[in-house]
Amino acid sequence: MNILVVLEDNNGAIHRMSLEAIVAAQKISSKLKSEITVLAMGRNAEALALEASKYELNEILKINSSSLYSYSSDGYATAIEQIILEQDFKYVFFGHTYQVRDYVPKISAKLMRPFLADNIKMSISSGSIEFTKQTFNAKLLADIQTSDSGLYLVSFQSASFSSDNLKPGYSKIKKIDITIDETQIKNTYDEPFQESAGGVDLTSADIIVSVGRGIGEADNISIAKDLALALGGQLSSSRPVVDAGWLSPDHQVGSSGQSVSPKLYLALGISGAIQHVVGMKGSKNIVAINKDPEAPIFEIANYGIVGDIFEIVPKLIESLK
Amino acid sequence: MMKIAVLIKQVPGSESPLSIADSNVWLDEEKVAYIMNESDNYALEEALLLKEGTQDCEVVVVSLGPERVKKIIREGLAKGADRGMHLNINSNDVTDPLSIAKIFADALKSENFDLILSGLQSDDLGHGQTGIIIGELLKMSTGSLAVSTKLDGDQIAIKQEMEAGFFQNVRMSLPASITIQSGLNTPRYPSLKGIMGAKKKEIKTLDIDSSDQKLKISKLYLPSSSNEITMIDGSPDQIVENLVKVFKSEIKI
Ligand SMILES: Cc1cc2nc3c(=O)[nH]c(=O)nc-3n(C[C@H](O)[C@H](O)[C@H](O)COP(=O)(O)OP(=O)(O)OC[C@H]3O[C@@H](n4cnc5c(N)ncnc54)[C@H](O)[C@@H]3O)c2cc1C
Ligand SMILES: Nc1ncnc2c1ncn2[C@@H]1O[C@H](COP(=O)(O)O)[C@@H](O)[C@H]1O
Repeated sequence: MNILVVLEDNNGAIHRMSLEAIVAAQKISSKLKSEITVLAMGRNAEALALEASKYELNEILKINSSSLYSYSSDGYATAIEQIILEQDFKYVFFGHTYQVRDYVPKISAKLMRPFLADNIKMSISSGSIEFTKQTFNAKLLADIQTSDSGLYLVSFQSASFSSDNLKPGYSKIKKIDITIDETQIKNTYDEPFQESAGGVDLTSADIIVSVGRGIGEADNISIAKDLALALGGQLSSSRPVVDAGWLSPDHQVGSSGQSVSPKLYLALGISGAIQHVVGMKGSKNIVAINKDPEAPIFEIANYGIVGDIFEIVPKLIESLK
Repeated sequence: MMKIAVLIKQVPGSESPLSIADSNVWLDEEKVAYIMNESDNYALEEALLLKEGTQDCEVVVVSLGPERVKKIIREGLAKGADRGMHLNINSNDVTDPLSIAKIFADALKSENFDLILSGLQSDDLGHGQTGIIIGELLKMSTGSLAVSTKLDGDQIAIKQEMEAGFFQNVRMSLPASITIQSGLNTPRYPSLKGIMGAKKKEIKTLDIDSSDQKLKISKLYLPSSSNEITMIDGSPDQIVENLVKVFKSEIKI
């Protein structure tokens, strides 16, 4: 029943979402009578292991291998596969990061064991864990049942657990050696880079009017622009609006766009998918206008209006003038 | 010849009603308005663009699902794919990503594709992993979240989206299975000529057995909100009046 938590490196510190995965493991370990092992690897394995040693865990494994100094999906998948094969784990936990999306499916294929990705909750039923994930773009939840006693790879959505709940402790670090056949690493990676910033800086805006796919077409963007103007705010959008070319990429809010925390975030025709929400949930006041009463955006909004933006927004502009 | 497979999934459109079936584990499909999964549509466009830039290249659209998925296969053919494969499955409860990927890998193996493109995530199950597992099972190179692709002889270079606004250029040799992020091109609409021409194109059907599943949905339900939300309702005029009040006296802008 033991649990392995794999740590991701965020510039020498444990990635916030890996800490959340540790919290998940700590939450259930006593109920399942399981031990928790964490795995530190990569260029900063030493620093990650040291940081993890402050928490209540059973063991920290640290891999020193120059083949893992820079990330490769093949290298990471092979290394973790080896660790899993040597020990008897029931669950391997990850934060659902971009890197995890990139290499964990490979481990699933190598071991022929399922990867339950992007869970938001878990509960114990008859000795095993039942996981809950968002489906249909966050509109419905699904409880997922596992069918056998073998190993499951599991990742958790950002903020499903809070790293404030980490249990402190003192854990020992064990160095382990593994050999990685570098001919198995198929990809070559250049250094990560950032695109030069666009002209729109949303991070300092006090008022943001944000449009989603519900705006329908490029020509309708102007009503949102007019509203932003009437409120003295900035215009932003969800990803599909940028994908369709209705606004330039520097307008995008979300996991692959900007993160904002204005005093007012007015969401027009935005459904509230997690990748959008992570970029705006820090807003002081979220007002959502959506014609679907069940849109997930209403789960995080402070004020909600079930209605058609084309009926409400023009009148709103009028009354603000 | 260069052979490209594109995995296209039929999923409920973003405004489709989603009513849960009596079984409580899936939707009442009668009421669903289906479309091609968003990122798959971009993957298909990317394949068609690669085909247009390559001499002697074939694009095959592949979908797993019941009879209804033939609609998007035909849509893919109408847009310019050369042929289709329908992995025919009767039930709609194949939800285990590993067994889904295994079904694809088995069906695609003998075709020896140089490139498999898929969406980064399905809008229904959202496992975000099918394309990578297939690639690994077929011993191909894999890449995820591509926001651009470039073929270069027997290699492909992609620009991969990373966290916090970063990107990374990744190069790999073919054969490769790559998952596509939305927005990297402008998907075309089928032309009338394309729609007519599609009728003559081949759709090969393979019957699939789905018994080997390690994960199952035990319950599908609406999220219950614990959120303290103030709903503003009434006629549009009343809504606007109250909203302006909220702006002024509560949010204080
Ligand atoms: C790795 C990854 C990264 C991503 N990064 C981002 C990101 O940075 N930012 C981002 O936004 N998304 C991102 N996404 C996409 C995200 O998952 C959603 O697909 C996207 O946020 C949905 O945008 P939307 O709400 O505008 O569209 P939809 O989900 O299609 O919602 C449209 C909404 O408009 C409503 N509507 C329609 N017409 C009207 C009307 N007339 N009046 C009122 N309401 C109406 C509908 O009821 C619906 O709720 C990412 C996805 C992945 C997998
Ligand atoms: N039943 C299916 N039919 C066709 N393609 C699929 C199917 N399931 C998954 N895919 C492909 O795999 C991608 C990722 O799906 P998922 O792993 O479920 O998020 C999708 O965007 C499709 O390209």
